[in-house]
Amino acid sequence: MISATAQRPIKDAQGEQRLIARRAQQGFFIILLVLAGLAARYFYLQVLSHDRYATRSESNRVQVRPVTPNRGVIYDRRGRVLAENLPAYRLELIPEETADLEQTLARLAEVMELSDDDIERFRKNRARYREFESVPVKFNLDEQAVARFAVNRHRFGGVDVVPYLSRHYPYADMLTHVLGYVGRIDDSDLANVDPENYRGTTHIGKIGIERHYETELHGQSGLERVETNARGRVLRVLERQDPQAGMDIVLSIDIAVQTAAWNTLGERAGAVVAIDPNDGSVIAMVSKPAFDANAFVNGISTRDYQAILNAPRQPLFNRALAGGYEPGSTLKPFIGLAGIEMGVVGVNEPIFSNGEFFLEGQQRPFRDWKEGGHGWAEIRRALEESVNTYFYKVALDLGVDRIHEYLDQFGFGQPTGIDLPNEGSGLLPSRDWKRGRYGEPWYPGETVISGIGQGFNVVTPLQLANTLATLVNGGRRMAPRLGLAGKYPDDEKARQFEAPLVNTVPVKDPEAWQAVLDGMRRVVNGVAGTARDVSLNADYVIAGKTGTAQVFAMAADEKYEESEVAEHLRHHALFIAFAPFDSPQITVAVVVDHGGSGTRDAAPIARAVLDAWLVPDKNLARSTK
Amino acid sequence: MPSWVSLPRVDFVLLGLVLAVIATGLAVLYSASGQDAVYVERQAVRIAVGLLAMLVFSQVPPHVLRIWTPWLYAIAIVMVAATWFFGIGRNTQRWLDLGVVRFQPSELMKLAVPMAVAAFLHQRILPPGWKDTLVALLILAVPTFLIIRQPDLGTALLVASSGAFTLFLAGIRWRTIALAGVAGIAMAPVLWMFMEEYQRNRVRTFLDPDADPLGQGWNIIQSKIAVGSGGLTGKGWMNGTQAQLEFIPERHTDFILAVYAEEFGLLGVCGLLLLYLALIGRGLYIASVARDTYSRLLAGSLAMTLFVYVAVNGAMVAGLLPVVGVPLPLFSYGGTSAVTLLAGFGILMSIYSHRKFIRH
Repeated sequence: MISATAQRPIKDAQGEQRLIARRAQQGFFIILLVLAGLAARYFYLQVLSHDRYATRSESNRVQVRPVTPNRGVIYDRRGRVLAENLPAYRLELIPEETADLEQTLARLAEVMELSDDDIERFRKNRARYREFESVPVKFNLDEQAVARFAVNRHRFGGVDVVPYLSRHYPYADMLTHVLGYVGRIDDSDLANVDPENYRGTTHIGKIGIERHYETELHGQSGLERVETNARGRVLRVLERQDPQAGMDIVLSIDIAVQTAAWNTLGERAGAVVAIDPNDGSVIAMVSKPAFDANAFVNGISTRDYQAILNAPRQPLFNRALAGGYEPGSTLKPFIGLAGIEMGVVGVNEPIFSNGEFFLEGQQRPFRDWKEGGHGWAEIRRALEESVNTYFYKVALDLGVDRIHEYLDQFGFGQPTGIDLPNEGSGLLPSRDWKRGRYGEPWYPGETVISGIGQGFNVVTPLQLANTLATLVNGGRRMAPRLGLAGKYPDDEKARQFEAPLVNTVPVKDPEAWQAVLDGMRRVVNGVAGTARDVSLNADYVIAGKTGTAQVFAMAADEKYEESEVAEHLRHHALFIAFAPFDSPQITVAVVVDHGGSGTRDAAPIARAVLDAWLVPDKNLARSTK
Repeated sequence: MPSWVSLPRVDFVLLGLVLAVIATGLAVLYSASGQDAVYVERQAVRIAVGLLAMLVFSQVPPHVLRIWTPWLYAIAIVMVAATWFFGIGRNTQRWLDLGVVRFQPSELMKLAVPMAVAAFLHQRILPPGWKDTLVALLILAVPTFLIIRQPDLGTALLVASSGAFTLFLAGIRWRTIALAGVAGIAMAPVLWMFMEEYQRNRVRTFLDPDADPLGQGWNIIQSKIAVGSGGLTGKGWMNGTQAQLEFIPERHTDFILAVYAEEFGLLGVCGLLLLYLALIGRGLYIASVARDTYSRLLAGSLAMTLFVYVAVNGAMVAGLLPVVGVPLPLFSYGGTSAVTLLAGFGILMSIYSHRKFIRH
């Protein structure tokens, strides 16, 4: 230890200098190695991984954004706007840019009305959007909401109010069952469309024309390649591929005729369909009650929706398109024609009616509506007076399968193929059908009542109008069209939509066809016609046929007294008509739910429709008076 | 060489290298701030102050520094401790408001700690025995601990390593160094316990940046994208999309190297690393030719600490280290680090001009 303490004060200056110099060299060497390692890391990132990072940098910088096409406008056949796009404002939110999404939504609810439905929809909808994309929260903000948001904007990072075009239906509920409406896109909608084309689209046709012509009305989405900064702000547009706007569509609806039908139907439930038998175009199509489609465009509240859904008269239900009614006597012209064309009765061959028709071996009569019967009646008179016995006999002689075979050609029991979704098919019974449906044989009594359109027969108002069109145009059965023409903005000429010819009913005996039409003329114009009031003061000749659809089945020997029956059990009133008689330009079918009498309740509506179409000026003069 | 040239005792090699880094740094800052001249002006003012400090320190002989070292160390300790009571800052208490300027006393520590350790070892026989080593460790540990608690991990790392390099240069045995390394790794869990939650998150994020790509992981991911997309030659000055479109966070401060790497590519990065390597090498050369032990240890430590700045910042930007607040020397905007660094270069110059063997 002594030697150690002795050494202590002695500092070896040169040795220390060498020591430190050596350490400095070693240190430098280590540093060199480490920095070389670091350089290697940069080599790895910048050269070996360059492509990957260059791609990611590019996708950071450049965003491809959809440019939504403007939806096509819908017009009636005289160019009046039925569905248009109006400037509106919507609330959008970029979830990634809000500090606290829940809090932001809560505070937004203080500034504007934001229902639980809105928030719920926003949450569901969010999955459709990519990161840092704006998600719509609420559509069609009112002015007050826009103003209040503008004042409070600084409080809401990542939230914005942006202009857009909102669908609007100026005729509100009057055309809802024709046009349908657009609503917010949901997952089930997306399954049916090209998601890329719909990336920027918020609304899609849900039902009606809006749905059927969705592809045409929507158009083709464009693209915009934009440079954005890290906060998603667009700095410049690098490239733009313009969208192709949707097709403007002209419907065959004539809003004047539609209005006439709508107004004359009044508060009653029912349906009116009018078709031009020459080209199959639909002139009017009314179903009541209806609802205002505008409420659905921007999201209807659950409560309002429940109210519509549960309304006793079912405003959501499109009676004209899918309502199933017993045709009643409106089927008689077709049964009569079938009988003559298939040879079971001559065109001038009378059948005797004594008021009761018996099936062999049965005690229960099938009645005429007139006590004591109508006496001898061939087809024209049978139609004029609606002689049940004539058609009982013809139907029985034809048999159900021949009735099915013949009426099938007119389109009974099948959807007409109109350009609307969710069409009803009605029902045209046959032995096979009954066996398949009920596992039971067909009974002759069922054939008898088929002759007057009762029993299993079901028609839709649209079918009534279209089968009649086929009857009056000489057997050309067309799938009716609402779409008359369409035009993309780039088109020089509008494209015509033609009603496709489904089949042609062969005319074996032109006299038979004429006889049936004559019979229908006599319904309206004959001395004993059942709907004589309809032709009062008409400037043209009308032909038609009344009908009554039973709501509850009565025993055939019971008598129906309207006043004794509760309204919801009263018969439906039916009327089919066409005019002018010599060259028909319109067929119309009217059904008034629980109307009771075809003559009293349905026929005047048909008259109003015929007037509106055939003598619009007179109609105009009357309405302006 | 005329005698008047030696009057301002300036090492022109060092000065030239420093000015080269500064000039590059200001040019990159202009780009990284989104072409905002205000940032460049402010940074230029700081650098001017730093150059002034460099000039002042370059005129102070090393032995005078050595005499003042204990006082400087004591003042620095008091000031760092004072941040506990009077400190200002957002999440951390690093700054002291001296009325005229806001000052970060931990910056002073970056000079005071190597000076204090060097001054202590200057009086001891080298290589130091275990007792001297312990005392030296204590000298560096106290301020390190104080700065960790601020909390400022980056500065604490720089302060601790500046002291440790002094010991390294003083010749402690490799075995001891290896032992310290093992102990350091063993201490990691303890360090974890002392860490604030945000610091822990940074470590977690570093280990798995893709766990939260839009939040915690954003910095690392975007920085790597910037660097990687720069390629060999870069996208060009002011043309880095990651930088200009603000995808790089802290683009003008801690992550300015990402901007540089994106715009100047691998060639630019290597050039810059070589520039720093030359600065470090010059510092170590000065250490090896200095007059006395204090000067040698101090010069070497300052040079090697510069390396820590570069390596840690470079590794962080390249995703090799967690996000730590270590700026890229003479590049990153703000802080008092530019002044401290330039003052350190002034000390190096002074040591060089007072070296033992002056060329004839």
